[in-house]
Amino acid sequence: MNLHSIILLRHEILLTVAAVGVLFADVFVPREKKHNMITVSLIVFTLVTLLGFIPAQGGVLFGGSYQSSHMTDFMKDILNIAVLLIFLQSTGYLSKPENSWKITEFFVILMFVLIGMDFMISAGDFVIFYVGLETASLPLAGLAAYDRYKSKSAEAGVKLILLSAMSSAVMLFGLSLIYASTGSIYFSDILPKIKATPLIILGFIFFLSGMGFKLSVVPFHLWTADVYEGAPINITAFLSVVSKGAAAFILIIILFTVFKNISREWEWILYALVITTITIGNLFALRQDNIKRFLAFSSITQVGFLLLGFMGNNELGLTSVVYFMLIYVFTNLTAFGVVEAIYNASNVETISGYKGLYKTNPLLSLAMMLALFSLGGIPPLAGFFGKFFLFTAAASRGYYILVVIAALNATISLYYYLRVVKAMFIDKSDNPVAKFRSTWPMRISLIISSIGIIYVGFASNIFEFIYSLAKGLL
Amino acid sequence: MANFSYTIYILLVPLLIFAIVGIWGGKWKPIISGLIGTFGIAFILVLSYYAAYQYFFVVNHVGHYKQIVAMNFLWLPFNKILNVHMGILLDPISAMMLIVVPTISLMSHWYSLGYMKGERGFARYYAFLSLFTFSMLGLVLSTDILQMFIFYELVGVSSYLLIGFYYQRPSAVAAAKKAFIVTRFADFGFLVGILVLVYYTHSFDFMQITDPHSPVFRTILGKAFLGYSVLAWALSLIFVGAAGKSAMFPFHIWLPDAMEGPTPVSALIHAATMVVAGVFTVARIFPIYVHYTPNVLLMIGYVGGFTSLFAALIAMTQFDIKRVLAYSTLSQIGYMMVGLGVSRYGGEEGLGYTAAMFHLFTHAMFKALLFLGAGSIIHAVHSNFMQKMGALRKYMPITHITFLVAALAISGIPPFAGFFSKDKILEAAFMHNRLLFWVEYITAGLTAFYIFRLYFKVFWWTDEPQCDCKPHESPSTMTIPLIILAILSSTVGFIPFNKFVTPDLKAFPVETDWGLVSASVAIGLLGLGFAWFLYRKENDLPDKIVNALGKLYQWTYDKFYIDEIYLFITKKILFNLVARPIAWFDRHIVDGFMVGVAIVTGKTAEKIKGFQSGHLQQYAFVFIASVLIIALTVLYFIGA
Repeated sequence: MNLHSIILLRHEILLTVAAVGVLFADVFVPREKKHNMITVSLIVFTLVTLLGFIPAQGGVLFGGSYQSSHMTDFMKDILNIAVLLIFLQSTGYLSKPENSWKITEFFVILMFVLIGMDFMISAGDFVIFYVGLETASLPLAGLAAYDRYKSKSAEAGVKLILLSAMSSAVMLFGLSLIYASTGSIYFSDILPKIKATPLIILGFIFFLSGMGFKLSVVPFHLWTADVYEGAPINITAFLSVVSKGAAAFILIIILFTVFKNISREWEWILYALVITTITIGNLFALRQDNIKRFLAFSSITQVGFLLLGFMGNNELGLTSVVYFMLIYVFTNLTAFGVVEAIYNASNVETISGYKGLYKTNPLLSLAMMLALFSLGGIPPLAGFFGKFFLFTAAASRGYYILVVIAALNATISLYYYLRVVKAMFIDKSDNPVAKFRSTWPMRISLIISSIGIIYVGFASNIFEFIYSLAKGLL
Repeated sequence: MANFSYTIYILLVPLLIFAIVGIWGGKWKPIISGLIGTFGIAFILVLSYYAAYQYFFVVNHVGHYKQIVAMNFLWLPFNKILNVHMGILLDPISAMMLIVVPTISLMSHWYSLGYMKGERGFARYYAFLSLFTFSMLGLVLSTDILQMFIFYELVGVSSYLLIGFYYQRPSAVAAAKKAFIVTRFADFGFLVGILVLVYYTHSFDFMQITDPHSPVFRTILGKAFLGYSVLAWALSLIFVGAAGKSAMFPFHIWLPDAMEGPTPVSALIHAATMVVAGVFTVARIFPIYVHYTPNVLLMIGYVGGFTSLFAALIAMTQFDIKRVLAYSTLSQIGYMMVGLGVSRYGGEEGLGYTAAMFHLFTHAMFKALLFLGAGSIIHAVHSNFMQKMGALRKYMPITHITFLVAALAISGIPPFAGFFSKDKILEAAFMHNRLLFWVEYITAGLTAFYIFRLYFKVFWWTDEPQCDCKPHESPSTMTIPLIILAILSSTVGFIPFNKFVTPDLKAFPVETDWGLVSASVAIGLLGLGFAWFLYRKENDLPDKIVNALGKLYQWTYDKFYIDEIYLFITKKILFNLVARPIAWFDRHIVDGFMVGVAIVTGKTAEKIKGFQSGHLQQYAFVFIASVLIIALTVLYFIGA
């Protein structure tokens, strides 16, 4: 283990040190002072996030099992930012007395999950990839059941673990078929041997289904709504932003590199999945009243748009996906932050409960409006540019019909996003959410993410920057 | 090379004020919003004066100017050739506008502290004023023609908001809509013009598309569409946009109605911002006009000449003092267009351009003064009509004197500002186009007549005012801006513009044609004298003249029925032949389809609800079944 490999592994090492350090520190903190662990964890993780930004050259380790580049580093940074925002938003929830004895595990488990994701993104073979994937999935089931005395939360945990075990089995089966056909687990060895033979296609479809489960692509999405609704809001936010982001990052890397020889085949499979995902996500989101279920289906639709970028099988496609993910982090975490703040203050988590919110909590309503407009893709917010480049990527490959279908769906999605805005700003309520002050960390996180929503759309150099990274990777 | 990066604050500060006052202004005491706005603009004024000073005297040698890009960042990279920038371009005309816009804006802000006192929506008013200032500054500083278009639209929006400020009044709402729709139509021409131009030049950047030596123009000239070169089409369409904002005939109909807004807004729209946007646009791409499409430039001159005469005629018959001033603005903007239209390029040949910019500059000062003075009068009399006024000189000495200064300035009486600039426009027209010279010469006489008709009717005419009111001088927040503007109106004429603002950025010497000067002063004095003769004291001579003119007077009084023609075309022709069929199609076909889609969507959502049952076994089944279906389908197609 020389200095070079330490630098290459810096994200993973930093996180491991941080996670283990926080875990040990917890041992020495007496029971009645556990709430201090919130501050400690926040400080530690902020440091980890900041240190992650230090630029370093990419490289390969462990005989090709681990590979990092500027692009993977940037992806990890995006995930770090997202987790930091979630941590900031969780403080109010964790400060509740019933959670006081399990504060540390919340932070530590999420950091371990993040380590799994980082390894997954940097995977150079299917074993590291699979181990990373499992490290990033199993602990989440525990966190989904964090409110274990609430039946919905427990149900969410059970459903998540059972279904992800099943999807993992399907994926592993697929990977074993690919191993059987190519005789290797290394990406670089597999790449030249991939041909459109039935066995490889079958293996690929099983692999893709497993990833589709993580990304909640329709028809592999059924777990999403139940788990999102039952899990604590922070975990829902994590599942919807960080888990999806990590899965999308590694999937696009694998599709664009390992499976590029059968791109004709997977592009048509994705073609169908994009249509089902966007459309079904929209149809369900139209009718939801529970805000968490609503955001669950909205995130399914957003994943459908994200897959559109996969269709642009080139640097532009990769850039548009990473760019969209960055925007999605800010946008969705703004929405989840507001939902969390309101839930903590008043236990309201229905859209009808948001009526008249603007009168009592104008700033929160504005932040929520910003997020929903960005999700709906209204210019000049970042969400518009994100979608715009995804559409451009797909159109650059000539998938015009698909882009038209997606654009129509984007219009439909405006309806339900605006429905929430209408509830907050226009509808009157006899019993609106009372005026309250959210915690400081929550405010900081909302300010950061709101600025992100506005700034990322205007700062064209961010897109340029990601584009240069994408050129380096492909 | 001095660093001009601070100029970004000239744009950011008003935007910030707009945001702050717009969001929180309603919660504060009104006066705080007013003070934030006013001091903010004062801050910008200092910055922009400093920037203009640096540009004219420090960075460049007087008389040899360069275009300086103070700030430029890539905003939308479409592809390698075509990308949109946002930035700040400094050259003599934008530096000049940096003086004009903040000055007039500050005066309006200051004046409004008194004029708008106690109005509902005081904070909203100041927020919109800042937005307006921001839009106009962004427009004049644009580095990129698309950036200019964006700010063009912002100017349109903010004028819409301000004209419709008294939204409880139907007439204000109608005027706001009229201004917005008319200029929107013209902007459409502008946009198409931009797209055509950019399609051939492959650049949005002003530095490139206004470079007359650029080889692209030679190649474009060869391309023709319907008998004209595409360049001429593009530039004509861009002029359509400019004509809309500058209210040139036949787009002038929005401007007189725009006085439904508060009077300081009229001052801002008429003097410094919206209407000069068109003139500025033509000046901005002037090198292309003059080198490659002189015919289009000539057309611009004729449109300007016609508008100036036409509007001056209407102004002579109106009784609403703001309407007189509105038509006088049309007429003066026409002058500027004539100046540009008769200008050539290089050395003294560029006199018309210089004169037009000079007139823009002086006009901004005295027109703002006229409007703010009118506001002060209306404030005192509570009426817009001159029949209600008279003898106000006894009650409002400051307003009276400052108004007189402005009237002398617009009439072209030396040494007031308007004389110098108008004389130069006449001189340029005399050199290059005699027809336009005579049109403008006559208009100069009419100008002096109508403005002094207004002056005498308001301040003299009777012994006592004809209203049931007690006129009084306005508070000092209103009179101090008047005094400042009066000082400016009587001094700015002495600025040697030929050293600073020229089409080729190099100074040129001017010789004064004393014959022409005497002639132009003479016609001004003639108009003034005639007005003095008719309106100095109450008498029935004017009515007799009106009766003698009969129909001719009526036509002019009714503004040559242009509004009616518009109404006829829109209501009778467009509405029946185009709008009704479209409405039918929309209601029955489009809506029908959409309702159908909504019903189907709702039904489908209801049907597929069963999938989301919550049963784990079912979820697992759907998952596995989907995987198998996809696999079988794909394998089937690969096999086949």
